[in-house]
Amino acid sequence: MKKKLLDGSFLYVIISIVIGFIIGALLLLVIGVNPGVAYAKLFSGVFSKPKFITYSIVYAAPLIFTGLSVAFSFRTGIFNIGAEGQYVVGSLAAAVIGILIPMPKGIHAIVCILAAAAAGALWGFLVGLMKVKKGINEVLSYIMLNWIAFYLSNFVVNIKAIHTDQGAEATKNIQETASIKMPSAMAKLTGCTDVHWGIVLAVLAAILMWFIMTKTTFGYQLRAVGFSRTAAEYAGISSNKIFLTSMSISGVLAGLGGAVQLLGMSERIPQFASQEQYGFQGITVALIGSTNPLGCIASGLFYGAMKYGGNKLTVVNVPTEVVNIIMGTIIIFIAISPVFKEILQKAVAKKEGGKD
Amino acid sequence: MFITYLGLLINAILVSTPPLLLAGLGSCFSERSGVVNIGIEGMMTLGAFTGAAVAYFTGNGWLGFLCGGLAGMLLGLIHAVVCISLHADQTIAGTAINFIGPGFAVFLCKAIFENSSDSPALDTTAKLPKMFNGMFPAGSFGYNVISTYSVAYLSFLLALVCWFIFFKTRYGMRLRAAGEHPEACETLGINVYHVRYIAVLISGFLSGLGGAFVTLTTVSQFRPSVIVGQGFIAIAAVIFGKFTPQGTFAGCLIFGLCNGIRSLISVSNSSISPNLLSMIPYLVTIATLIFFVGAGHVPAANGKIFVRSK
Repeated sequence: MKKKLLDGSFLYVIISIVIGFIIGALLLLVIGVNPGVAYAKLFSGVFSKPKFITYSIVYAAPLIFTGLSVAFSFRTGIFNIGAEGQYVVGSLAAAVIGILIPMPKGIHAIVCILAAAAAGALWGFLVGLMKVKKGINEVLSYIMLNWIAFYLSNFVVNIKAIHTDQGAEATKNIQETASIKMPSAMAKLTGCTDVHWGIVLAVLAAILMWFIMTKTTFGYQLRAVGFSRTAAEYAGISSNKIFLTSMSISGVLAGLGGAVQLLGMSERIPQFASQEQYGFQGITVALIGSTNPLGCIASGLFYGAMKYGGNKLTVVNVPTEVVNIIMGTIIIFIAISPVFKEILQKAVAKKEGGKD
Repeated sequence: MFITYLGLLINAILVSTPPLLLAGLGSCFSERSGVVNIGIEGMMTLGAFTGAAVAYFTGNGWLGFLCGGLAGMLLGLIHAVVCISLHADQTIAGTAINFIGPGFAVFLCKAIFENSSDSPALDTTAKLPKMFNGMFPAGSFGYNVISTYSVAYLSFLLALVCWFIFFKTRYGMRLRAAGEHPEACETLGINVYHVRYIAVLISGFLSGLGGAFVTLTTVSQFRPSVIVGQGFIAIAAVIFGKFTPQGTFAGCLIFGLCNGIRSLISVSNSSISPNLLSMIPYLVTIATLIFFVGAGHVPAANGKIFVRSK
């Protein structure tokens, strides 16, 4: 049991989270804020009312999707730093169809979601194509496509047919037929007016991904390429084909994140002043979730709660940015956890060796 | 009329290129030594805030500029320790820096300036100085081109210095070797960790300077959206320039020109969308990668974790 804990990743993730909070607390102390007060507000801001809990879950939906996107590509050895751009084009595709094309209720939402999936897939596929055909480092092309998506979105937002005529720097709202909000009874029950089906879709996507990864030949091939490209090639698996497929699927997942957030929550796209960060937050979700689909549900909920609760820190005059710092610190400590692992394993081995 | 527009265009290039160039030259150091640094954007943002804050309190733009560099270097140090000594994945560490840098900048800004995410506007005397002030009438060609921020011209000079370091000094040779074949370097007695630490610290320092340039010249204050993508354009310029200082310089000038055209267009009320123009640096970079560079020019050991054999 002890050995299993030391070898797995769970223990190190927990240690990293604790260190993240400690560093956050130290920074709060430096600026003269009592970390106890800040963290208590964060905690009560998430758990003290059913409404808050529901909101935290609603916040988690897009993050679980982008987390799954990053986790999926990780399994084939690809680092999808482009989830940000795929999220943006997904959201954009859903918005364009949700605003411009009238359709019956229900079908409209489904078409929007499919369009978002297609847009995300395209954005991922392009990077895959450049990698496979030209050997271009995917990290570079992902970053470029993130910014192209960013400006493309701002461009589309300013197209006359799409831009709102109510004086905001944003698109029109999507038509009601495209909404994925839950029935108003649910909103009444939870007190959260933004409750939508996104979280259900996210959990379904995670379960589906878990099934594909662990129970199908395709999933086996993905992981084989991730472990060793040459060995996989030797076993007759075309790694190029696997890269293209997995990078496209990864794009689909991020695109879906954009769709559920748009159709369920924001209902329109603003003119961006800076990146929305859902894709980058997805990297954190994937790392905290140890790139396991079911782990991503848990870490997505954690991040959603941190984001929602973090908003309330302004009430007690604490900069909400402390959340970003905590999250960044957690990533760093997860990234260096192999070193921890070695130290801990050695320490335990020494202690047990001493006993004998 | 034409000459006025030309002056405005050159002026726009002179203010939008230096941040890219400073960060880009920094990125060159890091990438050539074999450490991928996508945290440039975060380092620039912290540099931008620190520069503005120090200049606000001391009234000294140069001191602000220097401290901006040091703030960037602090993040560079974190990146170096995590990637070089602790063997973390460089891309993941860079992602973390991009959370921590901007997060820390806005966090400090709110803590220092009464919960405002914008720092107060700087007086002209607290910003970086312009050269030959008052020699030319406002709006004239000379005013726009010559009587501008001296740091802009200094950053161009720095590109030359970097070229010299890269290709004419012993450190430059070791730097390039560490990025191509670290194992061979160690065999020859070159301390790869040492070479890489210096490179990553330089990249942090220069990125911080690049960020501080923005807040200490045109923008005159820190705002959370003051650095939007410049760090990534700098990386794009480095790729475009095939990881050399002179190539990076050319890339930054081209992207600076894009910016110049964009600001002229927004002045002249043309129908071309500024958003489409903003895409150009990224599209150019992708086109460059596809048609000219190919895979072979990226430093061979870039991004690979190097563990020194004991």
